[in-house]
Amino acid sequence: MELFVSSFLNVEVVWAARALLLQGFANTMLLIAIAVPLGLAGGLLLALLSLTPVRIARLLLAVWVDLFRALPPLVLLVFVYGGLPFAGLELGPLGSVAVAFLLNSSAYYAEILRAGIDSVPRGQWEAARSSGLSALDTLGWVVLPQAVRNVLPDLVSNTLEVVKLTSIASVVAMPELLYQARQAQSVTYNASPLVAAALIYLLLLWPLVRLLSRLEHRLPSRM
Amino acid sequence: MLSRPIIEARAIHKSFGPLKVLDGVDLVVAERELVFIIGPSGSGKSTLLRCLNRLEEPTSGHIVVDGIDVLAHRTDINALRRRIGMVFQSFNLYPHMTALGNVALALRRVVGLRRRDAEERARSALARVGLADKADAYPAQLSGGQQQRVAIARAVALEPRVMLFDEPTSALDPELVGSVLRVMRQLREGGMTMVVVSHEMEFARAAADRVLFMDGGRVIEQGPPDCLFGAPKSDRLRAFLRSLERH
Repeated sequence: MELFVSSFLNVEVVWAARALLLQGFANTMLLIAIAVPLGLAGGLLLALLSLTPVRIARLLLAVWVDLFRALPPLVLLVFVYGGLPFAGLELGPLGSVAVAFLLNSSAYYAEILRAGIDSVPRGQWEAARSSGLSALDTLGWVVLPQAVRNVLPDLVSNTLEVVKLTSIASVVAMPELLYQARQAQSVTYNASPLVAAALIYLLLLWPLVRLLSRLEHRLPSRM
Repeated sequence: MLSRPIIEARAIHKSFGPLKVLDGVDLVVAERELVFIIGPSGSGKSTLLRCLNRLEEPTSGHIVVDGIDVLAHRTDINALRRRIGMVFQSFNLYPHMTALGNVALALRRVVGLRRRDAEERARSALARVGLADKADAYPAQLSGGQQQRVAIARAVALEPRVMLFDEPTSALDPELVGSVLRVMRQLREGGMTMVVVSHEMEFARAAADRVLFMDGGRVIEQGPPDCLFGAPKSDRLRAFLRSLERH
C-alpha cells in the first residue's frame, strides 16, 4: 500500500513537477483553443459546400470527408509531421497538430452539421427565401440555429473527443499535458505525474460530460 | 379587368423530370383582384403559385410581377420577393423565434430597418391579425390558426404588392379556419391583390373576383365564382365540384 501511494499518489513528486505539468496544461488548453474552432470552422465550410447542387462536387466532398474519417488521427498526425517535410513542407509540432486536427475533426464536424442542416424542413428555407432573405441570411438566421440545436448533443460529444485527442500531440514532441507528465515521470522515476495529468483531464472534461448527458436526456425541443 | 395587370404569367410550363406539372398556363391578375385557384390535388395549382415568386423555376414561360421580369437573370429576386408575400399550408414559422421575431426578421435583414423600427412595425402587423398579445409567444405555444395569422403578419409587414396563399387553411382544425379567413377577408377589404389556392368554396363564393379551375396542368375553366359554381361548363369541373360536396 505504501509502495502504491509513494509511486502513484506521491504529492511531493507532483509538487516538484508542477512547473512541467502547468506548462503542459497551458499547452493542452492552447491546442484545444486551436483544434476545436478550426475543426468547427472547417466542418461548417464542408457542410455548406456539400449543399451545392453540383453532383460531382458533392461526390468529391463526400470522398474527402470519408477519407479523413477513415484515416486514424495518429497516422495522419505522424504523416503531416514526419512525411510532409519530404515534400518540403515543414510545419513543426504545433503547425502539424493544427493541420492534422483541421483535416480530421472538420470531417466529423461536417457530417454532424450536414445532418443538422438536413433536419431542418424545406419549408423553413422556402418561407425565408420567399420573404426576400438571401441564401446566406437564410442559413445564418433560420437554418443554422435550428440545425445546431438539433445536433447539439453530437456536437458536444465530438468536441469531447477532439479535446481528448489533443494528447496525441505528445508523439510529435509537442509539450502538452501528457508529454510533460511523461517527462516528469522519466525524470522522477515515479508515475504520480501521470496520475496528476489524468486527474487534470478528468477535471477538464467532467463538466463537458455532464453537459452532454443533460443534453441527451432533455425533453425533445419545441420544434 | 379592374385595372392594369400586376401579375402576368404567360405559357408557363413546368416539368419535374418526365412529369409535366404545368402545361401552358396563363394567369393574369389585375391590381386589387382576388383570384381563387381550385382543382384536384396534382393539378399543378400550388406549383403555379410557387412559380410566381420563383420558388419553382418554370421550364419555360414568361412571368412579370409589378412590372418586373421574374425569370430574368439580372432581376434581383430577393428585392422582388419582398413585394410578393407568400403564406404556406404548413405555416413554416421559424420555431426558434418568437412571433415578433418571425415578423421582424425580414424587416431587419431585407428592408434594412433598425431593430426598434422593425419591432414596432412587426407589432403593428401582429395587431392587424389580432395577435398583439402574442408577440412574445413561440410558435409551439400558439394554435394552428394563430400560427397561420403570424405567418400572414410576417408577409404583410413587408407591405407586398401581391399576396400568394398556398392552401392556407388546409392544415387547420375546422374551428380554427374562420379566424384565418377573417384576416384574409380583412386584407381583401384593404385592397390587397391576392392569389389563393384553396378548397374553401364558401370563401371563394363570397370574396373572389374570379375562380380558376385547373386540372392536369392546365386551366380548364375560369370566371366569376357564381358562373363557375352555378353553371360549370366542363365535365371535369362538374365532377370536381360533386366530389367536394360529398365531403
